[in-house]
Amino acid sequence: MPEIDAVDRQIIAELQGDFPICARPYARAAENLGITEAELLARIERLLAAKVLTRFGPMFQIEAMGGAFVLAALAVPEDRFDAVAACVNALPEVAHNYRREHALNMWFVLATETPAGIAAAINRIENDTGLVVHAFPKAREYFVEMKLAVRQ
Amino acid sequence: MTSRPMLDATDRALIVATQAGLPLVPEPYAALAERIGVGADEVERRLQAMIQSGVIRRIGAVPNHYAIGWTANGMTVWDVDDARVDALGEQIGALPFVTHCYRRPRALPLWPYNLFAMVHGASRDEVCAKADRIAELLGSCARAHDILFSTRILKKSGLRI
Repeated sequence: MPEIDAVDRQIIAELQGDFPICARPYARAAENLGITEAELLARIERLLAAKVLTRFGPMFQIEAMGGAFVLAALAVPEDRFDAVAACVNALPEVAHNYRREHALNMWFVLATETPAGIAAAINRIENDTGLVVHAFPKAREYFVEMKLAVRQ
Repeated sequence: MTSRPMLDATDRALIVATQAGLPLVPEPYAALAERIGVGADEVERRLQAMIQSGVIRRIGAVPNHYAIGWTANGMTVWDVDDARVDALGEQIGALPFVTHCYRRPRALPLWPYNLFAMVHGASRDEVCAKADRIAELLGSCARAHDILFSTRILKKSGLRI
């Protein structure tokens, strides 16, 4: 685990949403955290470089703009796993991808600007890998909240 | 009421300019404005409108769960009676440790599960204990379940249009 101090922890806890929209948003957020604008910028830069943060910016909900998100899975033969991962990850439509312990061992989310884009991405992956893509589009969303605090 | 916000070319340019992240400069919205050729107030107004319409869920830090100590990530999946799944899904989604909860189609015979609940913990034991609480809540309405632990993040870039 990378080194995270108390201020980093506070940044992660308090800046997972509600980042200000104003002329100097980092200055305003820094004031709430009790640090300077320059220090906040430097810390965000460091947390991104250390991969403690994967991004700092807007989180888009593509369905609200007419697009689609679909969870999909592949059963990848072990000896081809890295090659298939590289192939799947190369598609810009793949927003994230996880290796999981199951016969279906690769789980990824496709995000496309139109619903038709999902089928095209699935076809592309099936053609490129020769594997069957199992798509699990959501039938209903009960809850989504991606904010997590730093564990001690 | 229209169900879908209309996004024009400027909105789209703003999404493309921010999907990898906000500029790390004191005036990030002014920097974006310059990049896409509008005023800073226009960028701020459009971002507010996208938050209002739900196109932007939120603006801020997106942590790597592993790096902040949530090293065990289990996708718990359940085969729940179709007549009861919506009511139970709402209850499971309301559990404090469930970060995502969805009903999804089964893919029989390979995949009998129709309820997905993502559970994070500092250890696999912690995730399993949380899954036990979901199992208690589902009782006899769950015919089978599994926990798919993640062993590697292969990609986490977020949306790219």
